Amino acid sequence: MSKTNYVSTTNACKLCTPLGASLAFRGVEKSVPFLHGSQGCATYMRRYIISHFREPMDIASSALGEKHAVYGGGPNLKKGLLNVMKKYSPRVVGVATTCLTETIGDHVSGILHEFKEEFGDLDLPELVHVSTPSYNGTHMDGWTGAVQAMADQLVFEKTETTESVNLFPGMVSPGDVRNLKDIFEHFGLDVTVLPDISETLDGPALLDYEPIPSGGTPVERIQAMSNAACSIEFGRCLPGSTAGITLENKYGVPCHGLGMPVGIRETDRFMDVLAKTSGRSVPRRYLMDRGRLVDALVDGHKYISGKRAVIYGEEDLVVGLVAFMSEIGVQPILVATGSKTGKLAGAIAKVGSDLRQQPLIREGVDFHDIAEQADELAPDLVIGHSKGYRYCRDWGVPLVRVGFPIHDRFGGQRLRILGYGGAQKLYDRIVNAVLEKKQADSHIGYGYL
Amino acid sequence: MKCETAAVLEERKGQVHRTGQGPIEMACNRDSLAGAVSQRACVFCGSRVVLYPIADALHLVHGPIGCAVYTWDIRGSLSSGPELHRLSFSTDLQEKDVIFGGEKKLEAALDELIDRHDPKAVFVYSTCIVGIIGDDLEAVCRTMSEKKGIPVLPVQSEGFKGSKREGYNAACKAMFRLVGTGDTSDISPVSVNILGDFNLAGEIWIIREYLERMGVEVVANISGDGRVADVRRCHGAALNVVQCSGATLDLAKMMEEKYGVPYIRVSYLGIEDMADSLYYIADHFKDIDPEITTKTSNLVRDELEVLMPELARFRKDLEGKKVAIYVGGAFKAFSLIKAFRHLGMQVVMVGSQTGTEEDYRELEEITDPGTIIVDDSNPLELSAFIKEKDVDVFVGGVKERPIAFKMGVGFCDHNHERKEALEGFVGMFNFAREIHTSAISPVWKFVPRREQKEAEHE
Repeated sequence: MSKTNYVSTTNACKLCTPLGASLAFRGVEKSVPFLHGSQGCATYMRRYIISHFREPMDIASSALGEKHAVYGGGPNLKKGLLNVMKKYSPRVVGVATTCLTETIGDHVSGILHEFKEEFGDLDLPELVHVSTPSYNGTHMDGWTGAVQAMADQLVFEKTETTESVNLFPGMVSPGDVRNLKDIFEHFGLDVTVLPDISETLDGPALLDYEPIPSGGTPVERIQAMSNAACSIEFGRCLPGSTAGITLENKYGVPCHGLGMPVGIRETDRFMDVLAKTSGRSVPRRYLMDRGRLVDALVDGHKYISGKRAVIYGEEDLVVGLVAFMSEIGVQPILVATGSKTGKLAGAIAKVGSDLRQQPLIREGVDFHDIAEQADELAPDLVIGHSKGYRYCRDWGVPLVRVGFPIHDRFGGQRLRILGYGGAQKLYDRIVNAVLEKKQADSHIGYGYL
Repeated sequence: MKCETAAVLEERKGQVHRTGQGPIEMACNRDSLAGAVSQRACVFCGSRVVLYPIADALHLVHGPIGCAVYTWDIRGSLSSGPELHRLSFSTDLQEKDVIFGGEKKLEAALDELIDRHDPKAVFVYSTCIVGIIGDDLEAVCRTMSEKKGIPVLPVQSEGFKGSKREGYNAACKAMFRLVGTGDTSDISPVSVNILGDFNLAGEIWIIREYLERMGVEVVANISGDGRVADVRRCHGAALNVVQCSGATLDLAKMMEEKYGVPYIRVSYLGIEDMADSLYYIADHFKDIDPEITTKTSNLVRDELEVLMPELARFRKDLEGKKVAIYVGGAFKAFSLIKAFRHLGMQVVMVGSQTGTEEDYRELEEITDPGTIIVDDSNPLELSAFIKEKDVDVFVGGVKERPIAFKMGVGFCDHNHERKEALEGFVGMFNFAREIHTSAISPVWKFVPRREQKEAEHE
């Protein structure tokens, strides 16, 4: 399979770095994401995020104009922080840079330091900053970078070792975060999830608009992460420096790096760590979930066995999906991501050993590349976010929506794929997508399938 | 008179006014305030929305990936033919490009994409970073234009160099380079260009059908369902009909100055404005075609005969309900206020991202006393206004929707992403139906603010 190396990008399969950072900062209690750059960045990202979560998503901006680009954005950053403090009274402001401020050379940590000196008499929020030039990496780097920045900049010195566990789940849905928190609870484990978007990006109807949505990881919990018994961090394609690694290096909190728990084996590994950490056996409800899942895989295997799938999205999501596909007999033929970390193939080799045929693995792709290869590969189904829809429509192939963004379906923020229960839901959707296609294509109109 | 609402930052108080409370002096057309979470976008956004619907042009965003990806197929701008505009092209600048310059990459990307898609023209959008690293867009575009034999037009839309308005201007300048390069010999003397309509949900086709019934030829759609060849010859039209959001007004002015094409400002939203727009056009051509006035009044009468009974049906349920409007351009707000009168609804708040002083004076004239008028607002203010005025339905864009919904308020999307045609007489019907659908839903009974009210009554 040869591949032309295109210069141009058509229909990108990635988002820009500051978007990921903004989302991660939204998962901290009383926190305001703040983009240091021009106004458009914040507005575009808000629109994009709102269309997925259907929730308010305020992102403040230093709203730089031409003269700031010439003389530096520091004064506007400070002014913006003061305004955010006045209107939002945040506990934390997460400042992420943009390509503009990185290129004009604003030294953000220095500016924030000055700000703290100048306004030391005020009740200042915690200020976290992360460097997220959009010409470097993808939204996942922004997310991981922001979480790492919080672990690095907010956590206090270790004072004791508690039984608490830190969880860095990666960019998963609010529905899955709730699910994960339940799992910890059922193991009797106290957990600090960072970030926790389970309520901030999927909250109830309200009487009064909340300037900052309730929920999120409390600052005190983040500060005390150095005292945790251990950390669990999901992702097989993470960069060298992550939140989990940072806490391990700085405070000796052991970090369990696990794959995203999608499917049976990756979830087994997760359960295993929880069982060891808690000293309890896996609760019956999860044994039952697992049993039901296996039962369902048997019931459904003939509908999907040997089906050929194209899978795209963030690397770690894609790795999890491949792991699950290898367990249910769906053959991934093309596995693609917009990121370029060089880690995807290695991770897939670890989780996909059961595959009868190794998929084509592509990093740094756009949808033009995906389409060019998928045309030859003739997939039966596609698994990924909404942005592949028009291609699937052209191919006449169902799209099983997972990840971010889901802009053309309802309930993306509640989609669950993690744990045995999430795998069950995903499995049902995959089987039904195949059945729906079969039913629609048939002239008979089968009432039993 | 300044507004005293806790949610309004001190520095923003000059941008909020209440009708009837002293003279209006709106401090608008300012840069957005840092940290205020403006609903505005940037220069690039302004250019992109105006040019994007030109369907047989290739739109290449020169910059990092975000600018292109957030504007990929962002509007429901429909095309009756090619759909090149629905693809999102980017040079996806990387760190090394930022250090060494992006001109080579831009040139190579243009080379590749023009060969692949054979477009009629290319628009190359500059972004923040390009303005900083100083790529010579003009030179690259000239080289590629000569090499490929099609217009390759730079759009100077560096995000930080102003607001959406400057982006509109940059877009108009780019289009103006096309104007005057096509053959105009077979254009009717009774002809117009439609400016400032983007064919959301097929709206421009509704307007074109009206014009056809009036015997008016449309030379170019600018830019909904637009074609490069039409733009090239649009200086041959007798009149520019500009929907007055300001997006394409600069182009009309440039054409008037250089080619002597007069322009009129219109709006296709609501009953009066739609009818008036057609009458203005008829008036312009009545000396050439004496029958056009009759044809137009017949058209309006026929359409209203169908529409009015339908509206009466909706009005029964909507009478007295309270509405808040927050839109991009103020022109839309004028039409919406009039449209809501036909539904018996009361507009209690109206605002825009980019209105002018003149716009706000006019808004004050046509709104009821106590109506909140606001420029460049933000979620905190909007939510405070919703609560204060006990709004039933909010009209806005996708960024306003979650604010309304979170507080249990009905919503009508009147922005780029709408999938319902809201222009023309049929659009007024669709609009009323959409407002009705949202307002009469039983779900509002369960939202906290209504549940609380119910409880108070018991």
